[in-house]
Amino acid sequence: MILPFFIIIPLLAAFLITLISGDNDNWAVILSVLAVVSLLLLSVFAFISTQDQTLVYETGGWQLPFTICLVQDALSCFMLIVVSLISLTSLIFSVQYIRRKEPCWKYYALFMLLVTGMNGVIATGDIFNLFVFMEIALFAAYALVAYGGKAEEFEASFKYAVMGSLSSTLILIGIGILYSATSTLTMAKIAQVLPQKDPALVNWIGGIFLAGFGLKAAVMPFHAWLPDAHSSAPAPISSMLSGVLIKALGVYVLIRFFFNVMGAPAAFMQIFMILGSISIIVASFLAIGQWDLKRLLAYSSISQVGFIFLGLGIASPLAILGAVFHILNHAIFKALLFYNAGVVEMFLGTRDLRKMGDLRKAMPITSATSMIATLSVSGLPPFNGFFSKLIIIIAAIQAGLPVYATIAIVGSFLTLGYFLKVQRYGFRGENKIEKPEIKIGWGMRTAMIILAALCLITSVLVIPGIREVTLGPVVDVISNKLNYISLVLGR
Amino acid sequence: MTVYLLCFALLLVGVYGVLTKRDLIKIILSLGIMGYATNLMIILFAYKNGAIYAILTKANSLNGKPTGPMVDPLPQALILTSIVIELGITAMLVAMSIRLYEKYKTFDITKIRRLSG
Amino acid sequence: MKQNEGMTLIVKTVTRVSVWLIFLYGIYIILHGHLTPGGGFAGGVVLALGFLNIMLAYGRKYVEGWLNIKLMKDIESSMATLFLALGILGMSFGGGLLANFLSKGELFRLLSSGTIPILNILIGTKVSMALFVVIYSLAVLHIVKGGEK
Repeated sequence: MILPFFIIIPLLAAFLITLISGDNDNWAVILSVLAVVSLLLLSVFAFISTQDQTLVYETGGWQLPFTICLVQDALSCFMLIVVSLISLTSLIFSVQYIRRKEPCWKYYALFMLLVTGMNGVIATGDIFNLFVFMEIALFAAYALVAYGGKAEEFEASFKYAVMGSLSSTLILIGIGILYSATSTLTMAKIAQVLPQKDPALVNWIGGIFLAGFGLKAAVMPFHAWLPDAHSSAPAPISSMLSGVLIKALGVYVLIRFFFNVMGAPAAFMQIFMILGSISIIVASFLAIGQWDLKRLLAYSSISQVGFIFLGLGIASPLAILGAVFHILNHAIFKALLFYNAGVVEMFLGTRDLRKMGDLRKAMPITSATSMIATLSVSGLPPFNGFFSKLIIIIAAIQAGLPVYATIAIVGSFLTLGYFLKVQRYGFRGENKIEKPEIKIGWGMRTAMIILAALCLITSVLVIPGIREVTLGPVVDVISNKLNYISLVLGR
Repeated sequence: MTVYLLCFALLLVGVYGVLTKRDLIKIILSLGIMGYATNLMIILFAYKNGAIYAILTKANSLNGKPTGPMVDPLPQALILTSIVIELGITAMLVAMSIRLYEKYKTFDITKIRRLSG
Repeated sequence: MKQNEGMTLIVKTVTRVSVWLIFLYGIYIILHGHLTPGGGFAGGVVLALGFLNIMLAYGRKYVEGWLNIKLMKDIESSMATLFLALGILGMSFGGGLLANFLSKGELFRLLSSGTIPILNILIGTKVSMALFVVIYSLAVLHIVKGGEK
C-alpha cells in the first residue's frame, strides 16, 4: 500500500535533515527536493489508480474498529496532488530566497514537517489522528511565519499562535464530547452511530467544529489572524499557507466532517452560505483600501475562500464541482501572486504599492506572470478562474437562490477592481525603475512559469469528457454523503 | 454533573485570562489553564461507577483477562498526546515572547501593535 | 550570587548526591512502561528535570563544560530517525505501520510485549534530550535591552 508513504517520506526527510546537515544547506536542499518530487509522483499515481474506489489501510496490525485507519479515495488523492504541486514550486522558489539571508537547514526541516502535517490530515480516517497531524502542521507554520527575524514577524506569529491554540482547544473539546457520545474515534463508525443520538447534541458538536476549523480556514468572523500572518511571512511560506494550509486544514476537514460524517444537515448548509457571502463582500471591500501588496493578497485569500464556502453550502453536485475546482485554481494563482510579490520585495525592498513603478522592462517575467494571475483570479476566459466562478454562479441560479448568485457576481467585479489597482500602481506605475543588479535565479523563474502555464492548462479540466475522469469521482465522494460508511467499513 | 460544571468554570477562567490580560506571560499561562480544563473533561468522561484502574496486574487478573470492570483507557492516551502538544506550543510561545521583548522592549500587548489595518 | 555561578555550597553538595536518584527514577519509569503507568514521555520529562537540577545548582558555565550540547542534539535526531525506522520495519514484516513484530512473551515479565519497551526507551531518550536542549537554549538567549526600529 502506498498510503503510509505519504506520511513516512516527508517525516524521514525532516529527521534526516536535522541529523545530516552541517553548516551549509546543500544536503537539506537535495533531501527535500527528492522527498517532494517523489511525493508528487506518488500522488499522481494514486489519483490515477483509484478512480472511484476507496482503499483503507489499517496501521499497527489491528483490525478496523480498534485501529487508526488511513483512507484513500478520490477526494484525498485530489488534495494530495494539490499539496505536492504547490510544495514543489515553493521549494524551488525558496532556494534562492532563503539563501540571501544566510543558508540554514532549519527552514527545510520545518518545511518538511509542514508537508507531513498536511499529508497526515488529508490521508487519515480517524478524528484524533487528524488533530495530532493538524497540530504538527500548525507548529511548523507558527515557526516558519517568524523565520525572518524582524519585529513584525514575531508579532504576527504570536497572534497567530494564540488564536490557533484557542481554536485547537475548542476542537479538542469537540472531539471529547464526540467520543463521549459515540465511544469511537474512527470517522466512518461515528457516521454510522451519529443518527441515533440526540439531534441537539449533534448540532452542538457541529457548531463547535465549525468554529474551530472555521478559524483554520479563515472564513469571515474568524479571519483576524490571516492578514498579519500571511503578509509578514517570507514569500514562499505565504504561498504555502495561503494556497494549501487553509484549504487542507480548514476546508477539507469541514467537507469530510459535514458531508461524510454528518450527512450535510440543512441548517449548517445555510450557515455555510451566509458565512461565505459575508466573506466575499466584506473581505473585498477591505482589500480595496490596502496599500501593502501582501496584505491585499491576504484579504483576497479570505474572499476566495468565501467563494468555496458558498459553493459548498449550495450542496448540489454542480456547486460542489465548482467549489472543488476553485480549491485547485485558487492554490495555483494565489501561489503565483505571492511569488511575484516576493520577487518584487526582494528587488525593490518595499511592499508599498505607492513606491513601485514601471516594472515591465526591468522584470519581464514577473510582470507577465502577474498579468496572467490577475486575469485568472478576476475570472476572465480562457483562464481557469472564469470556469470555477461561472459554475458556482450557475449552480446558485439553478438552486433557486438569486441573492447568492448576485453576491458572487458582485464579488467577482470587486476582485477585478482591486487587482487592477495592483497592476496599475505596482507594475505600470509612474516611477522609473532601472534594471536591478541581482538576477532572478532559474529556480524562481521556473516556479513562476510552471504555475502560469498551469493556470491555462487546468481550464481543460472542465470539458465534459475529461471532467468525468478527473473531477467527477471527487464530486461523487462528497455528494454521496453517507456512502463513506459502507465504503470504509464494509470489508 | 457538578464535576463537569466545575470543569467548564475552569475553562471560562482560562478564556477570561486570554481575552483581558495585557501581559504576554499571563496570556501564555491562561492558554495553559484552558488546556488543563480540556484534559480534565476528557478524563472525566472515562470514569465508570465501581471500576478500578485499567492496568492488568497479578492481583486483578485471571489467565490474562481482567476480573471486574475497568475504566476506559483510551481517553488517557488521548490526553497524554494532548499534553505533549501543549508543552511544545508553550515552549515556542515563551521563546517568541523573549524575542518580542528584545524587539519591542515591553511585555505589554497593547503596545505591540505595529501591524494594523 | 552571580547568575552563572550556581547556588550555595549546601545546594551543590546535596545535588551531587540526590540527582542520581532522580535519574534512576526516570529510567525506572521508562523501562517499566508496559507494566506500570508512565512510559516513554513521563520518564523522559523526569530525566530532563534531572539535567535541569544540575544546571540550576551549578550554573550554566559549568554545564557547558561538562555536557556536550552538540552530542545531545545529534542523539535526539537519531532517536527520532530510529523510531521511524522501527515503524517501517514493522511494515516490512507484514502488519501495518508500527506493528508489533517481535514475540510478545509472557505476561508481567520485564522483557515482554514485543517492540513496546524499545519504543519507550527511544521516546524517553529523545524527550529528555529535546527538553533539556530547549531549556538550555532559552537560558543562553541574552535579553538585550534596546529594541530596533
